[in-house]
Formats: sequence, structure tokens, C-alpha cells
Amino acid sequence: MMKGGWFRVYTLGYLIFLYAPILLLPLFAFNDATVIAFPLSGATTKWFEKLWLEPELHRALKNSLIIASCSAVLATTLGIFASRASTRYSFPGKAGIMGMIMLPLVLPEIILAVALLAVMLGIGLPLSIFTVILGHVLVCTPFSIAILSAAFQSLDKSLEEAAYDLGETPISTFRLIILPLVMPGIISSLLITFTISLDEFIMAFFLAGNENTLPVYILGQFRFPQNVPVIMALGTILVCLSIALLATAEYFRRRGIAKTGGKDTGGFL
Amino acid sequence: MTLAADKPTMIEFKDVHKYYGDYHALRGITATIKAGEFFSLLGPSGCGKTTLLRTIAGFEGISSGAVMIDGKNMEGVPANVRPTNMVFQSYAIFPHLTVAENVGFGLRKDPRSKAEKAAAVAEALEMVGLKGYGARAAHALSGGQRQRVALARALILKPKVLLLDEPLSALDKKMREQMQVELIKLQRQVGITFILVTHDQEEALVMSDRIAVMFEGEIAQLADPETLYRRPNSRKVADFIGTMNFLPAQILSEHGGKVEVDAQGFGRLTLNADQVSSAPGGTGASIGFRPETLTILFDGQTATDRESMATVEEVVYYGDMTYYDIKLDGTTEAMRLSMRNVFGRPVLDIGTRARVAWAPGALVLFR
Repeated sequence: MMKGGWFRVYTLGYLIFLYAPILLLPLFAFNDATVIAFPLSGATTKWFEKLWLEPELHRALKNSLIIASCSAVLATTLGIFASRASTRYSFPGKAGIMGMIMLPLVLPEIILAVALLAVMLGIGLPLSIFTVILGHVLVCTPFSIAILSAAFQSLDKSLEEAAYDLGETPISTFRLIILPLVMPGIISSLLITFTISLDEFIMAFFLAGNENTLPVYILGQFRFPQNVPVIMALGTILVCLSIALLATAEYFRRRGIAKTGGKDTGGFL
Repeated sequence: MTLAADKPTMIEFKDVHKYYGDYHALRGITATIKAGEFFSLLGPSGCGKTTLLRTIAGFEGISSGAVMIDGKNMEGVPANVRPTNMVFQSYAIFPHLTVAENVGFGLRKDPRSKAEKAAAVAEALEMVGLKGYGARAAHALSGGQRQRVALARALILKPKVLLLDEPLSALDKKMREQMQVELIKLQRQVGITFILVTHDQEEALVMSDRIAVMFEGEIAQLADPETLYRRPNSRKVADFIGTMNFLPAQILSEHGGKVEVDAQGFGRLTLNADQVSSAPGGTGASIGFRPETLTILFDGQTATDRESMATVEEVVYYGDMTYYDIKLDGTTEAMRLSMRNVFGRPVLDIGTRARVAWAPGALVLFR
């Protein structure tokens, strides 16, 4: 009984620590005061209205959306190739190569960012949203592989053989059988890599040059105390968007598992 | 059993070898399969039977030799243009398609009209007993239904050869027995050559016109079910198919194909050439017999041929059958006997002395 009690306290404490700050976000976003402190001083939507009047924010948002879309598509495309290769074929040094591809998942991102910056400057590539996309693809691809490997793994090899046996070529088999069956995984990968890229700060900070992305813009705004409630409003919107994206991704991942009759072997949610 | 001897050859293996690196998976397979035959590849797991089947389908290349289908060498012919279709062990039903889309999958490049194709799909579904299932989602089917869809999907293309890779192993016993009968009927109906891979000797005996028993990449014996059961050509085949009792024997003389032996429990016998297995066993000669070839005599019954005395050592009652472990006088090991239970006949107790009838013709000599 006592044991169960402490476990409950621990769980509750952990969840409060995790989510209470996020819950404060909308609270102050609708609070009619520039100071982030209790007591609250009345409801307002003016901080959200102010979001509309920031051209710099709009530019950062546009950059972020372009970067996230491109990174998601590129990382997922590379992820498809890598997971297909690692689940279907065996080749010398496979474990080592896959390990190296997955390494950015645990490598300190700042090291990666600095190294990339040095290379970009070295080869004379001007910093732009393009260089940020390159960095984000590096960060996002391991996540894409993690998701897609599970999707390719659960694919019964005899499904492909059955398609060949029934007269299809390897290419039409990929299109008619493999692609539809891993499609939920692909959608899930697109959404998650999009979210990761959208939130990413370090790479964007080092590699964007004169351009701002949303996270970089947000950090910059904290220099101006009067803008903090506006950031709270922006944060509220971003949190809702992130949750919606991740939930959609998880929905597709689970539907994919149900469709192929496989077992749930984990995921990000 | 149908006589297929006069039919044309459909498949021919010419000294087929297959290596996986250093592993010698197929070791010189030479055999022919006739058109319209129900042929089984039987053997324990790892004997190469599935590999051999996959060389016909084109999923597996061969290291040397030749695989001919209908007179054509299949070397370099990919799986998607071979005149064969396969029913996979896992059935490989496309989970994202409906039953009808699965069955009609191979008709994609067929020039017929949509309506004609739909009619062909409906016909194929009816043939396998799934009439009206077309619109169902494939992933919601039961094991038996998946199997039928897989059959319909393969047969709709009217292949020259249908390959079946352990198709019944995932089904429960009752379903399996039902499907065995259905497959036999289906094969007779369509007249296509069926090649079945199985590790279940009973399944092979029930379904096949001829069976190739495989061990370690080689065909140990290729014969019709009755010959395989009655006259196995080695102790290994005899052990794999059904139950075979063995008693030590000594070969006294051989002349003109006839062999005179002195067998423990049976005494001096003269056996015909067809009762002598060709493959040498190694550990000396022995006499083998099936459990049902020895019969316990009850009061008033007399033997039509030979009679011996024995002691009942163990009794296992199965309802329709009783299994007795008996020791023939003059032997040291108990032999398994099976007796059909007839109404009014008692089940003998352990320790009972019994008269046993037998015939020399039912015995097989293994060298």
C-alpha cells in the first residue's frame, strides 16, 4: 500500500513538473499584463492580435515552414532508401553504416552545427535557409529511419514474392504493394520530421545567416520584456500545432500496424 | 491414385545443385514430374524441399544443373514470367486490398474487359468456396479463408504448375483435414500440376500421386504413397513415414533375387527381391514391419499364413484403435501393433499371452 502510494506521488510529481509550465503558457498569453507574474489581471486577446502586426515574425514563420517542409520531404525520402536497404538487403558493413547514420540522434547538436558551419564557410557556401535545410536533414533522417524501419520490418517478404509471382516487376511491386503498405509510416515520418525541424534551434541559429527561423526569432524577442506576452501567445499556438501534428502522425502509424495485422512495437507516442 | 505414367513431363530437374556459400542445400536432384500430377516434396525441416520448390518458382537460382518447365530451360527466366503460381506458407494475402482485388491482382495486365475480369474473379472465388466474399477486406479473413483466397489468386491465372509451400501447416487439425480433401478435389477439377511441400507424412500420403522423400538435399526415395509406405527403400525413409518396427536379422544366402534370412521372432524366411531395401543402412541387417501387419488372434480365429506367440507389454486405448506393445517369443524388444476395435472384442490386459498372425510378404528387409 505504502509502496503504491509513493509511486503515485512520484508519477504525479513528474507529470506536474512536465506539464505545469506548458499550462502556464496559455494562462499568461491571455493575461492582460506585460509582467509574467501572479495574480492575473484580466483576460485579453491583444497579444494574439499583436502577432499579426509583426512582419519579422511572419518572415521567420515563412522561413521555418519552408525549411520544415523541405527537411521533412528530404529526410523521409532518404529514410525510405535507408530503411528499405537495412531491412531487406545484407551488405558488408551494414551495422556500422546504419550506426553512423543514426549517430546524429545522440551526438551533441552544437558540435554538429559548429562542424557544419566550418565546412560551409570553408567551401564558400553562403549561409541561407538552404544550409539550414541541409543541417535539419542530417538531424531528421535518423528519426525517419527509426519510424520507417519498423514499417518496412513488419512487411512480410512473401508479399513481394507473391506480387512477382503474379506477374509484376520489382518496380510495379514497389508501387502496388510496398508503398501502400508503408504509406502510414511515410506520413508519420513526414509529420514528425516536420515538427522536429520546426522546433530546432541550434542548427538554425548557426547556419541561417541573416535569416531567422521561428525558434531563433522567439529567443531574440526575449531581449524585449514588453514582447514576452506575445511570445506566450505564439508559444500557445505552437504547442497546439505540435500536439496536433504528433497525434496525426501517431494515428497514421497505428493505422498502418492495424492494416498489416502486425504488432505494436513502440513509437514516439 | 491416378496413373500418370503415360502423361507428358511437366517439370524436369537435371542434376540440380544449390549452394548457399559453403552450405550444399541441393545435392544433385534429378527427377521428373508429370503433367496433371499431384506431387509432394516431403522431408524434415532443412532438407531442401522448400528450396527446390522455390527453384521452380524462380525465387531461388541454382548453382548447377537445369530446371525445365514444359520442356523449356528456366535459366534466366524471372519469377514474374514463369508459368507457375505459388500459394505461400503465410498465404501472402495483400492486406490493403479487398478479397476480389487480391484474387484479381494477377489480371492487371490481362487485356480482357473489366466486366470479364470481374466474372473471372467471381468464378475463382466460387471454385474455392468463397462466393460473395469479394468485397470483404482481406485482413479480416480467418486462416482458412486466407488460404482459399491465396488458392483462387493463383489458380485464376491458369498456371501450368501450382506450387504449394506448406499451405496447411497454419491451420488447425480439423480444418487441415477438410482442406486436404478440398485440395485433392480442386486438383482433379482443374487438372493443373500441383507440387506440394510438406513435412507432414500423413498429408503427403493422403494427397499425392507421387512423393519425393528428401533428406539433406537429396531425394531418398521417389514413389507413389503405397510403395513408400509398404516398401521404403531405407530405414530412414521407413522411420520418417509412419511407424516401422525393426528386429535384428541375419542374411543367410542370396540367389536369383530371393534372400534367405534368419530374423529374430520370425525364424527362417525367404523374401522376394521387392522386399529388400536397396539402400544400405549401416548397422547390420534388420527386418521391418508396420504395426497393422501383425494381428492378434482372438478365440476361434486362425491364422491364414504364419502364427507366433507373444506377450502383451503395454496397452494404449484410442477408441477406434488399440495400440499394443508386444514382445514376440524369442525377441528382446517390444514391437508396436495396432488393432482396429471391433464391437464385442475385448481389450487385452498387460501380461496376457497372445497368438499373433503374420505373413512373410508384409516384412521388409533392410541391409
